[in-house]
Amino acid sequence: MTRELAGEELAARINEAVPGGALRWSGGGVWVESDKLPAVAAFLKNTPGLDFACLRSVSAVDYVEYFEIVYHLLSMRRNQSAVVKVRSYSRSEPSAPSMVDIWKGAELQEREVWDLMGVHFEGHPNMKRVLLWEGFEGHPLRKDFVR
Amino acid sequence: MAIKTEPITINLGPQHPSTHGVFRMRVTFDGEVVVDLEPVFGYLHRGTEKLAEERSYVQVVTLTDRLDYESSMTNNLAYVRAVEKLAGITPPERGLYLRVTASELQRIASHLITIGFMLQELGVFATVLMYCFRERERVLDMFEMLCGARITLSYMRPGGVTQDAPREFWPALDDFLKQMPGYIDELEELISHNEVVLARMRNVGILPDHLAVDSSITGPVLRASGVQWDLRKAAPHEVYDRMEFDVPIGAKGDTFDRYLVRIQEMRQSLRILEQCRDQIPEGPIKTEEPYFIRPPAGEAYAFVESPKGELGFYLISDGGISPYRCKIRSPSFINLTALKEMTVGSKMADLIVIFGSLAVNMGEVDR
Repeated sequence: MTRELAGEELAARINEAVPGGALRWSGGGVWVESDKLPAVAAFLKNTPGLDFACLRSVSAVDYVEYFEIVYHLLSMRRNQSAVVKVRSYSRSEPSAPSMVDIWKGAELQEREVWDLMGVHFEGHPNMKRVLLWEGFEGHPLRKDFVR
Repeated sequence: MAIKTEPITINLGPQHPSTHGVFRMRVTFDGEVVVDLEPVFGYLHRGTEKLAEERSYVQVVTLTDRLDYESSMTNNLAYVRAVEKLAGITPPERGLYLRVTASELQRIASHLITIGFMLQELGVFATVLMYCFRERERVLDMFEMLCGARITLSYMRPGGVTQDAPREFWPALDDFLKQMPGYIDELEELISHNEVVLARMRNVGILPDHLAVDSSITGPVLRASGVQWDLRKAAPHEVYDRMEFDVPIGAKGDTFDRYLVRIQEMRQSLRILEQCRDQIPEGPIKTEEPYFIRPPAGEAYAFVESPKGELGFYLISDGGISPYRCKIRSPSFINLTALKEMTVGSKMADLIVIFGSLAVNMGEVDR
């Protein structure tokens, strides 16, 4: 059975490698400082014992006061999973660093998040809409989107 | 005398018979060879995730049918598992067995479509496709017995399944289990040793294992690249931990491996179906849940091994009657990530076969 890494354990390991990387944690997830996300991601991917080689899923949630970008990570070698979250407090220009350099799997998924939720991923080589057409106004999954 | 050449960009699709719906590829060719490719899609986008936010948890089941319409059962399953995880519902044993039975039938039906169309794209017009559809028809007949529908099934509910299998279902399943191995042999005789098929599929569109993992690719495509990763084994859901089956993998991840893995998976599905038939206990099929389920505030990520790969639902509840957020981790969509790397350097005709071997379903890509 896939082992879900506890937030506390994961946060401790992150803070060891990237001081101040993990802000807080809950049962199953760790909130990471946005600026330190690339360092944390590289650590999670390349550290033996963690081996999170696969970015399972990238999601974004609109909590109105902030946007939360959720990364579900998977290590097939160790059969374990982890959840890392980042918050962006800007309503007009929410953003997060792109993970494309670390996981190629982020390529289409980040474009989807930009398209539907309007979170901009800094450093993505091809940050444009993927499901809707260029010229579409607004980002439909936001809570304030009016049809 | 040197001939002056220059690359040419061609638009393939969205209205093209090989694109399984409405998928477009902007391809740059140097003569016959692909030098660049950009997938363009979204023509079938219906905003499923947004629609889910204004429906009750039970109503969303019907939306999931319309994602990958070749495998509605596994879509249902992934979604109801997420709701159950969120609301803390444990379905009864018989319900779980019926779910696994339905899912494995669905896997066979979906793989049959994939194989049929893959051959269609090689130029074997209709013959293999009709053989495959003949067998798929029997699966759809069984689905009709289970829930009255053939494609948009909505068979599962949080807490179990809608109704028990009727009396005539089990003899039909018996017949299917008896005859299907012979049909798979027939298909293999027709395809697996065919010289033309081998020439067109071997060493075409190779996907190395590290690229597959890095691109988050899952399902038969990942396994064909030699990675032994099947969520039914790695994180057994429902009653898969009681089933004996093997996880077939490919040797090098070419188009032929992707075909062969699916053939072998169908045989394993038959094994699982036999065990389900023998092990299924009597008892209730569903727990009593209110029509408006109100899960406590929180989040849950649940997944199943669908015929296309890891289908996941990330549900967030604010305590209300509909999901606050319903994110669909769609395997077809994510499996397209490495399409460019798989096709650059191959011929135009191979491009179609490589795309077919990924078996993406546009309903699921565009959502």
